[in-house]
This record gives sequence, structure tokens and C-alpha cells, in this order.
Amino acid sequence: MTTKARFPAASRLLHWIMAPMIVAMLFIGVGMAASVSARYDLLVSIHRPLGIAIFVLCVIRIVNRFINPPPELPDTVPSLQRFAAKASHIVLYALMFIMPLVGWGMLSAARYPIVLYGPLRLPPILPHDLTLYAWLRDLHTDLAYLLFATFLAHFGAALFHGLIRRDGVFGSMASWRIDRNPSRSRLSRAA
Amino acid sequence: MKPFWFGPGPVSNAGVLIRLGAIGAVMLSVAGAFAYTGGWLSPVRLTQDRMLAAFQEANGTHAGFRRNHAKGVCVTGWFESSGQAAALSKAAVFKPGRVPVVGRFALAGGMPFQTDAPATVRSMALRFLPPSGEEWRTGMNNIPVFVVNSARGFYEQLLASSPDPVTGKPDPARMKMFLAAHPETVRALALIKQRQVTSGFANSTFNGLNAFRFVDAAGASTLVRWSTVPVQSVATDSAEPSAAGNKNYLFDDLIAKIAQHPQQWRLIVTIGHASDPTNDATLPWPASRRQIDAGTVTIDQASSEDSGRCAAVNYDPLVLPSGIEPSDDPLLSARSAVYARSFTLRAEEAHEKPPSAVTAQELQAGGKS
Repeated sequence: MTTKARFPAASRLLHWIMAPMIVAMLFIGVGMAASVSARYDLLVSIHRPLGIAIFVLCVIRIVNRFINPPPELPDTVPSLQRFAAKASHIVLYALMFIMPLVGWGMLSAARYPIVLYGPLRLPPILPHDLTLYAWLRDLHTDLAYLLFATFLAHFGAALFHGLIRRDGVFGSMASWRIDRNPSRSRLSRAA
Repeated sequence: MKPFWFGPGPVSNAGVLIRLGAIGAVMLSVAGAFAYTGGWLSPVRLTQDRMLAAFQEANGTHAGFRRNHAKGVCVTGWFESSGQAAALSKAAVFKPGRVPVVGRFALAGGMPFQTDAPATVRSMALRFLPPSGEEWRTGMNNIPVFVVNSARGFYEQLLASSPDPVTGKPDPARMKMFLAAHPETVRALALIKQRQVTSGFANSTFNGLNAFRFVDAAGASTLVRWSTVPVQSVATDSAEPSAAGNKNYLFDDLIAKIAQHPQQWRLIVTIGHASDPTNDATLPWPASRRQIDAGTVTIDQASSEDSGRCAAVNYDPLVLPSGIEPSDDPLLSARSAVYARSFTLRAEEAHEKPPSAVTAQELQAGGKS
């Protein structure tokens, strides 16, 4: 059995705006934490505003999820996979929300200026404290690895649905076909 | 139209295997790209961890201390801007007026308990805190040029000066090999050797070494290097106090001088020409370059690192206000990256850090250790 239900357009739009941002963020993060090259400064100056942009979009996305609930998984998906899907989505949402806050918090605890662009800076959200910084800095790395692992699992599961189960779950997010607007459908059929 | 692979309907058993293999290959590629970006697949790439490991090899382990410029004291005071640099940079710190300063004087090297000596490079780090929140941090040394012009050069120099595991001393042959491969270091060391070594921190000139760009309100940029030049009269170091056995004679002298009278430096900005080297800190700029007196740094309080306001501060040279921008000097990114890693390591070790060489008691006694 396959499902014809798709994610609402707003949800797909948010997903596909944020997906490349988050993947880029993970690669920039792991790259800048290793780099001593001339690229380091550039990577850091992208990492900070990109992280805050992800945080803002994540808040919008959480609100959107309540307004536009996602489609149900098809009945053919076994309960264990159903549980894994639900759990991994909760982990993804939690990390998208918390990673930027941990980053902002750790820079605050170290009293690094939180520069977004030019003179635009965010205020510190935590007291100046070395021990607190050390804890948050380590947490930021650990959560980044967890987020990368969860992203890989999510990506792998999506491909598994798309290539092997072929149950419509992949298309419910990945398909750009516009089928909700009858006039557009007719147009495309006529063409 | 959807690609065939993503089409509906069941897949044959052989097809499932091929498709599982394809998914596995995609997963492995993404994970591999991530590992490559993190430097785990490139054993010769110079990373932050490898640079910090070289510091440890050269200096040993000193939990809770900065990996370089490990021995120091905290100071506070203010910067009184003359307003003269405001025409070149829109940074709030250059507008006429006073800005609080939190600084640190230190000796170069990763040994936090080294004995003060005339030849050891001295440093002054400053954090300007204008009310706008756009702070400026800079670290300067009492040498005219830096010894290397790249992160790789710094790394190789650290390894070449590391103690040999057998003799416990640096191997002169290794240093010779390093110098043979780095003529820029040989030239820089000759200039450094010629410098006048003064009797203490208070009458030392500290140079920013790296080039930056000042940017004015209209967006025009000017190449600059900066220095702090002592208002105190200059006397040459006789090295006698060091010979007398006071391990902290340079710091004690500074503490006593600050207790007597606030100590002052002029912030001198040197204006570069387009032809002046900006990406090579081993090269001096011609002495004829125009200089601006941007204002005066006054230091009126010293405190031990263990209680001072500089302790939890990373003097990252890329913490800049808008109005000051980095040049193309690769050392700026390298310093920023390595300082950040050093800062994280010492923050993680903060609970095991022993008291600093210059203790709070020494400060209370007015610099008598």
C-alpha cells in the first residue's frame, strides 16, 4: 500500500530551506573546529549568523507543525520503524532548536562578541564563566555529532522508503509535483 | 516525471540488494566527506589539535594555563582616544573620549613558571570595552617583526624547539634544518636580535605585528599596523635582577611601578602603503611610514591572573569592532583558531589549575615575591 498524502507546502518549503542550511552548518562546524588556515575566519563568520537563522526558522517550523500536521505514515510501516521515525524526528527538532542556543550560550559564557554581520551583535545570554563555557563547548560538539548521525539516519531512511519500500513516504516530502491546484493540474495535462 | 528508481511498485530481490548497496554507498560518501572535513582522513594536514599537540611537545603539560604566553598578570585601566584615528576608522573606540581597558602582560612561551629573563619576548594584550559593546582585542609583542609568516612555519618551529626525548634539550640539528627551510625566519631573527631590550614591561614598546585595515564611515580602507609606545623613560635591561635570583623580577617591577604611579603607553598607528607587505608578519614596513597617535593607554591596577579580570578572556586578534578589519595575513586566522582551542582546553582544565606564578599574595605585597 502506498500513501498519496503529502506534507503541506509550507512544511516542504521549510524542510528544503533548512536541510541544506543544517548540512552546511555541520560541515562548516567540523571544518572550522579543525582549521588553522586562512579559511577559519570566514567559516566562523558564516557559522554564527547561519546558526541564528536556523534557530529562527526552527521556531517557525515548530509553529507550522502545529498548524499543518504531517501526514500519517502508511499502515504498512512496522511499529518499530514507526517508533524510530517518530523518535528521530523528535531528536532532529530538539537539536535544531537547542544547538544554536548552546552555541549562543557558550559564546556568551566565554564573552566572545556574538557578531552576526558588521556592527550587528547579539547580547550575551549567560554569565561570563570559564567552567560553564567548557561544559557548553563540549556539549556543542557532542550534540553536533549526534545531529550528524541523526541526519544520516534520516537521509538513509528516506532513501530506503524511496528506493526499496517505495510506499510514497519519500515522495510525501521530496515530490514537487503540484496536485492540489486543479487548474495547474489541467494545465500540466494539457501541456 | 519521477526517475525510474523512485517509481512505485515492488522491487525484485536482486534489485533490493543493488538499491541497499547504493544507499550504503551514499551514506558512506556523506560520512566520509564529514570525516575528511574534520581532518581525520588527512594525517599531514595541520589542524588545531595537531598545533596544540606541538605546544605540548615543546612545553610539556600545564593544566589550566594558556598554551602560549602562559606566564602573566592581569591589569586594568583605560584608553583615552585622541580622536586622530577617527578619520580613518569608524570604530567607536577611536572617537574622542575614555574607554575602559582590561589587559594582560605576559612572557612568550608555554611555560607558566619560567624564570623572567631579558631575552624572553614580552607581550601586552588589551581588551577595549566601549559602551557600544563593539569591543576590540589585540595582543602585541616587544619584537619588531614576527618569527614566522604561516601557521605551518609556527608548527615546524615548535617541533624544532621541542626537547629531545633522550637529552631533554632541543636538538640543534633540528633547529638548523628548520632555519634552512625558513629563510624568512632567519631574516626576522636578525631584526629581533637588534632590538633594544628595556629594563621592564613598563618601558617596552609592544608591536601588533600583523597588518589590519581601518575602515572609515564612507567605507574607504587604510592598511595599518599598530604599537603601544611607553610614555615612561626607556632604560636598557641590565639582567642583574634576573641574576640576583628573583624568578619574577620583570612582573614584580611592573607591579611596583603600577602601584607607584599609573603607567602609560601611546597607541601609535602606522599607515601602510599599498606596496607594503600585509600577508607576511616577518617583514617590517619602511621606517618612513606616517604614524598617528591614536590616544593613550593608562594602566592603574594590576592583579594576579587567579583573581584578575583577564583570566577568563581569550585575547583573540579577530575580536574587532566594525571599523577594523583583518588583512590577508594568514597568521590572523591561525592565531584566532589556535587561541580558541587553547582557551577551550584551559577552560576544561580550570578545576585542576595550580596558582599562577605571580600570585595574589605577591600582588598584595606590592610585587615582592
